[in-house]
Amino acid sequence: MKHLFYGGVHPQYNKEMSTKGTVLRTITPKQVVIPMQQHIGAPCTPLVSVGEHVLLGQKIGDGEGLCVPVHASVSGTVAAIEPRPHPTAGLVTAVVIDNDFQDAEAPHSPLPQTQEEILSAIREAGIVGMGGAAFPGNAKALSAMGNVDTLIANACECEPYITADDVMLRTNLDQVLQGMMILREILHSRRTVLAVEDNKAQALEKIHACIKDYPEIELKVLPTRYPQGSEKQLIQAITGREVPPGKLPVSVECAVFNVSTFAAIYRAVRLGTPLTRRIVTVSGEAIAEPQNFIVPIGTTFHDLIEQAGGLNDRTERVISGGPMMGKAQEDLSVPVVKATNSILCLMKDKNAAAENPVCLRCGKCVAVCPMRLQPLYLYRFVNAERLDELDRLNIMDCIECGSCSFTCPGKLPLVERFRHGKKLLKEANAK
Amino acid sequence: MNLTVASSPHIRGNFRTNRIMLDVVLALLPALAVGAWKFGPRALLVALVCIVFAVGTEWLYSVLTKTRNTTPDISAAVTGLLLAMTLPSTVPLWQGAVGSVFAIWVVKTLCGGLGQNVFNPALAARAFLLLIYPVGVTRYFVPGVDGVSAATPLHHMVMPSLPEESLLDMFLGNCPGSIGEISALALLAGGGCLVWRKVISPRIPLAYLGTVAVLTLLFSKAGNPLLWMGYSLLSGGVMLGAIFMATDYASSPVTARGQLIYGIGCGALTVLFRYYGLYPEGVTYAILLMDACVWTLDRYTAPRRFGTKEGGAIK
Repeated sequence: MKHLFYGGVHPQYNKEMSTKGTVLRTITPKQVVIPMQQHIGAPCTPLVSVGEHVLLGQKIGDGEGLCVPVHASVSGTVAAIEPRPHPTAGLVTAVVIDNDFQDAEAPHSPLPQTQEEILSAIREAGIVGMGGAAFPGNAKALSAMGNVDTLIANACECEPYITADDVMLRTNLDQVLQGMMILREILHSRRTVLAVEDNKAQALEKIHACIKDYPEIELKVLPTRYPQGSEKQLIQAITGREVPPGKLPVSVECAVFNVSTFAAIYRAVRLGTPLTRRIVTVSGEAIAEPQNFIVPIGTTFHDLIEQAGGLNDRTERVISGGPMMGKAQEDLSVPVVKATNSILCLMKDKNAAAENPVCLRCGKCVAVCPMRLQPLYLYRFVNAERLDELDRLNIMDCIECGSCSFTCPGKLPLVERFRHGKKLLKEANAK
Repeated sequence: MNLTVASSPHIRGNFRTNRIMLDVVLALLPALAVGAWKFGPRALLVALVCIVFAVGTEWLYSVLTKTRNTTPDISAAVTGLLLAMTLPSTVPLWQGAVGSVFAIWVVKTLCGGLGQNVFNPALAARAFLLLIYPVGVTRYFVPGVDGVSAATPLHHMVMPSLPEESLLDMFLGNCPGSIGEISALALLAGGGCLVWRKVISPRIPLAYLGTVAVLTLLFSKAGNPLLWMGYSLLSGGVMLGAIFMATDYASSPVTARGQLIYGIGCGALTVLFRYYGLYPEGVTYAILLMDACVWTLDRYTAPRRFGTKEGGAIK
């Protein structure tokens, strides 16, 4: 049976830009800035002090509650512990390490055997959702244990430009598949699905060749459409189930992890190494040499952009993440964190928003909304601050995917206003 | 380097208001061409006068109210052209001008401008002209025969007796009527382009035409119900109304179910007015009446909320 998610758009993908060169270069920055908060939940407390020498993979921060530790991504000396700008969270305490270029590694953790040990190894390795949400991996796995029948590896990568997951599949497919097998055993899922959009021909070729060795894993090739990689939409496309409002995927017996997260789980459980590096796409029309890098966590955007040949002088914005949902940066000293899949450097969009946005009532926003909202009415009621109507029209269901803004011929700032409306409603409900 | 910090999404599609409006103008050209061919260059003159006065009125409004000049979005030109399509080529030019001024000034800008008007401006203007100049707006010429006024096939439909024209003639546009309504072929071609260009969804036209077809088939006034249905679909402004008027963004629903109900309502009212009305003007009043229901329709046909069984909007 074929399921599809509702709505969606077809932006220009521009993915070939960053995959033309085949070499996946590893970056060795002089200094890394490692924020103590790289996940949803409580921040870490630094475990090292200024001047201390740290080893690659050494735990440098940890905390209580919903929290996973962070590790040194290079060996060297702690130069500072101070608040530094973070790509998505404002100012966050960070441990700054001067690289000694020795890559002296901390001893690997003993390999886990039992289920509890595996879950604890996933936590100790600092694994979070690497697709963008950065939810602690062990917590997600724990809540899903025995409660899900479908485990989904998300390699849709539906955002334009980004090819980090694509490159992950091309270069480390075995790690991804092994990681899926590890989690499958813990969660006791009946179905284990690798979901890939059909615009990744090279990766798919590899998968077709390898997947025979994993009869438990089902490959699902989905027609390319944004926002397929959104958790709720992907679950709908794979199973036909809709996650109820305000609920997590486990409520419809599904668990979704990004493919890079699976690879990180494999490395944590089978190699005993923590999450200290990730693949980052550096792309966009404004960068000289778009490509993918293997990046130690904490490498600054500035360093990465320099490695990719620098920005041209018509650069308008630099984005952490994709063009549809990513966050525009003003300070390029922000570091790559565990959830940073892309640094996107764009020039002025020729279809940029109009100075005088006017709603035509064309209804295209309604047709493309994957959550089946009515963006044109939400927009009207946010501007009128009619909180009762916003609640009635379920503004909190909005996933901010940007499909409506992308489509709008009147160029209304829809998502921007919805964020404001959600904030107003949250504040009102808190009272 | 000065980086822009703006909200996502950071890219936009290439849909633009003026591109959409230009598409509508282009889609109307085949029907206008048939009108010009059948009724002569005066048809083009009527269209020109309507467009000039519509655009001029919108421009004048922006000057008088010191607001942004919105004429570059081409929507006023569309309104002028649509109004001309509903008028006979013999209409006094000043009546076309009055209609255009009414459409833009009263129906559109006073409601708040583009996207805010409750009623379709072109049809509201036609209804207005029908009230104050009933003769000028309904005097039709037989194509090719100068100076002979004639009853349109629609008048026969209301009488009722089947018109003299063959169905094929009516499909191609060989019959008296308004400038832009006579050729179903040209209108369907234009509508097909709009659907292909994703300017309109085919829901409203299909629901509209389907409803007219079913009702006239079931309640035929002629010996052969199929023939009656064919003439009913091809006579008067049904095609023009279903494809170009009922799909007007501002005055039609945005939800899928709402669009279906709206189309069905337009079709049913058209047949009702034709069967029981004094004027042979089913389409104009059917669409205007349904326009008044649009916001209510949207409200009660909201899509089912994601992840729930019941509708989203009604709690």
